[in-house]
Amino acid sequence: MSKISMTVNGKSVSGEVEGRTLLVEFLREDLKLTGTHVGCDTSQCGACTVHVDGKQVKSCTMFAAEADGAEVKTIEGEANADGSLSVVQQAFQDYHGLQCGFCTPGMVMAATALLGKNPKPTELEIREHLEGNICRCTGYHNIVKAIMAASGQDVPAVAAE
Amino acid sequence: MHNFEFVKPSTVEEAVAALQSDEAQPMSGGQTLLPTMKQRLAAPEKLVSLTGIASMQGVSAVGGVLTIGGATTHATVATEAAAHYPGLAGLAAHIGDPAVRNRGTIGGSLANNDPAACYPSAALGSGATIVTNAREIAADDYFQGMFTTALEEGEIVTGVRFPIPQASNYQKFEQPASRFALTGVFVAKYADGVRVAVTGASEEGVFRWTEAEAALSANFSPDAIEGLSVSADGMIGDLHGTPAYRAHLIKVLTKRAVAAAS
Repeated sequence: MSKISMTVNGKSVSGEVEGRTLLVEFLREDLKLTGTHVGCDTSQCGACTVHVDGKQVKSCTMFAAEADGAEVKTIEGEANADGSLSVVQQAFQDYHGLQCGFCTPGMVMAATALLGKNPKPTELEIREHLEGNICRCTGYHNIVKAIMAASGQDVPAVAAE
Repeated sequence: MHNFEFVKPSTVEEAVAALQSDEAQPMSGGQTLLPTMKQRLAAPEKLVSLTGIASMQGVSAVGGVLTIGGATTHATVATEAAAHYPGLAGLAAHIGDPAVRNRGTIGGSLANNDPAACYPSAALGSGATIVTNAREIAADDYFQGMFTTALEEGEIVTGVRFPIPQASNYQKFEQPASRFALTGVFVAKYADGVRVAVTGASEEGVFRWTEAEAALSANFSPDAIEGLSVSADGMIGDLHGTPAYRAHLIKVLTKRAVAAAS
């Protein structure tokens, strides 16, 4: 076991972890931040997406010890300080960007990472950015609409609708 | 997953020392190794992270050569190499997905030499030099078959030097589920000739299509290879594509890469 410390959603945290402890296990089981989901555990689905030092990563494919000293943001850190939904979260609600909701934490974290570096993405750029986030309800059209809306752009009539 | 000791050295020398013990394994971004450990196909007793070594980070272009630190992520290469070597940056920008590109590294990809990985085709197609803690290895000598390289036990890819070509492009046909290259072709045009490297297709791993190189060196246009064909012998066959299908893809993708590069 080794001691690790990091900042999670603006708070300093520390804990004892094994080498093999995944970042997502540390978040969910030690810190009880269960908003980050484990969908596949094989790096495919993106439900476990969080930000580490501002970059989206799959927290099932990173050891907790690798995030020692890092700034981590999870879905629990996404809402505004007063508890109201963030622009991206609100857009997901407004545009019905979720069905069962299991993939949603990862989708929202992927979307905020995209908008952080590309504030006005095209529909194609959004779809390409979501390559590593799988919605098993296949609700992609409304997720794309939500991200278009969250970026302040007109929401197009999405193809194949 | 079996447990292990995790160490994160800050210099190459410390990493090399840490790798001297039995059952020690280097890890860079871990986007291949970590899933492999979950499946218990790898079970190191000590995992030596290479991501804390500052000298293995970054992209720089000097005198027509692009140098990339071994622990530089795909996302960083996609951004920082774009102005110098757009063909390579474009390849990096389409590996895996955005989250994978934020972790996975060029050194990790080249050390693993997955037969369907993208980077080996760029290194071989550019005639790159693989720099390790101990020596420098020409790409032509480095790749030695599926998951096999010239690296010795405990040797680390600290960087890669790419001669910057006049024109280049990478085309891949993605395996629809994994998004790895079912077949991928990297074409690079230099003053002294054209190089064509193929990934994803051969049971021997990445290789150069020398007939196409000769034809394209004489005439850098898609039509130049019209009369050529690739034998299906030694190509990978699986439920995603037959050997003949992959052999056909090599020619199609090479033509597309040349068209995109010209």
